[in-house]
Amino acid sequence: MSAFLATVRRDLLLALRRKSEVLTAVFFFVIVTSLFPLGIGPEPVLLKKIAPGILWVAALLATLLGLPRLFAADHGDGTLEQMALSPSPLGLLVAGKILAHWLLCGLPLVLLAPVLGLQFDLDASALGILTLALLLGTPLLSLIGAIGAALTLGVRGGGVLLALLVLPLYIPALIFGAGAVEAHIAGLEVGGHLSLLAAMLVLAAFFAPWATTAALRIALE
Amino acid sequence: MRQSLIHWFKYGSPQSFYPLAGRMIPWFWAAAALFGIAGLWISFFVAPTDAQQGEGYRIIFVHVPASWMSMFIYLVMAFWAGLGLALNTRVSAMMAQALAPTGALMAALSLLTGAFWGKPMWGTWWVWDARLTSELILFFLYLGFMALQAAIDDPRRADKAGAILALVGVVNIPIIYFSVKWWNTLHQGSTINLTKAPSMAQTMLWGMLLMALAFWMYSIAVALMRVRAIILERERHTEWVKHAVE
Amino acid sequence: MQWNSVGEFLAMGGYALYVWGSFGACLVLMVVEPFLASRRLREVRRSLIRERLADELESQQRTQ
Repeated sequence: MSAFLATVRRDLLLALRRKSEVLTAVFFFVIVTSLFPLGIGPEPVLLKKIAPGILWVAALLATLLGLPRLFAADHGDGTLEQMALSPSPLGLLVAGKILAHWLLCGLPLVLLAPVLGLQFDLDASALGILTLALLLGTPLLSLIGAIGAALTLGVRGGGVLLALLVLPLYIPALIFGAGAVEAHIAGLEVGGHLSLLAAMLVLAAFFAPWATTAALRIALE
Repeated sequence: MRQSLIHWFKYGSPQSFYPLAGRMIPWFWAAAALFGIAGLWISFFVAPTDAQQGEGYRIIFVHVPASWMSMFIYLVMAFWAGLGLALNTRVSAMMAQALAPTGALMAALSLLTGAFWGKPMWGTWWVWDARLTSELILFFLYLGFMALQAAIDDPRRADKAGAILALVGVVNIPIIYFSVKWWNTLHQGSTINLTKAPSMAQTMLWGMLLMALAFWMYSIAVALMRVRAIILERERHTEWVKHAVE
Repeated sequence: MQWNSVGEFLAMGGYALYVWGSFGACLVLMVVEPFLASRRLREVRRSLIRERLADELESQQRTQ
């Protein structure tokens, strides 16, 4: 467990030294969501209708931005090989790296989403559901994305390939995440959406670090 | 028992699988042609005109088999890839690689014929119907698998990375299908059932089954052709390959 | 048999474009794919044969 926390701490410290990388994803999220009203027009009814989808798609793409760097630096300087040889299981260290990635690239999006939601004329309760859905959904995105990041580690054209591999797998999260907010706006029950998101998160938390570890071992061979 | 196990492992080596595949290909072509002719005969001359959909419904005789095969090939591909990962058998990984383009073709055919179905029946080339949407995502999964294998130069690493991706895909396909279905019922309410007319379900089913068998045999034949090319490409520096091409 | 003439068969009750489009697309792609696969096999065989001939030539020159 201490190895897990040490990995999280180390990755957070490293990221804080290079703040621009974290901020890029956040700015991307803000800019993309702000572009849509400019492209579509400022009509509140329409904006309210498309808000959940836009915020979720922007969150998907913003998470994707940070993924290629998840293992690249450690792979480049040989830290990853040290991790694979260390006495603590690699899966645990990988889980720590994924958690750090979520804290850096996912959590800021969750915290920013209510503010950005205001641009789309969402009311307070819809903003609450949006934040809750993103809170459940963004860790799922980091977990699934980590598998893709490990598979494309050191592969040419890695960034684009990563998007091609990971985006289709993000679709369920998108459907239930955006669907929860839409259902709430339409006056329907959102418990089903959120519990399915939570179930997928549990499933991914169990399997994704394992698959990521297997992919990393292949990349290290 | 032990003997037969050894027998099977023998065909797990590229050297003995290469000629075996070569001998099997003509048989699968013949089977594909036979089933295809019978299936086409039923689709055009035995199956009667549909009361509601006229002659346009005959598209299902290629649409449904293509959709079935696109899903089935993904499962088979993941099976071979997983076997290659678990037992480190080279031929099964090559088989997975050879199946992917055929699976992608089936998914593409399913989408294309789905569009040809949609235009006269629903009035538009594309509908965000649960089945068509899942098929599109499946097509993306095939593209991802092929792109990943093409991007990795070391064939052994490509095999293993592809295997993990295929297995992750297999776990996700039911989740994706279920979520798309859920999304579809929320947004549209009704889905149109392709196999609605009960009166001629029997002939239609036979036609579809025969066509599906034809597509199946075709897929095996073309995948075996491709796996032969892959074997030669990968084993080109070995002694047996030099003697295999006289 | 529900067709009275070849023309009627080809017209497909007004659905000609869609029915023949679907079956035609399947036929075309299912001819192209085996062609590409067999060409790939032919090409790798040809290059292997060329390689072997080069090897043989080299060893002949060495013995002379």
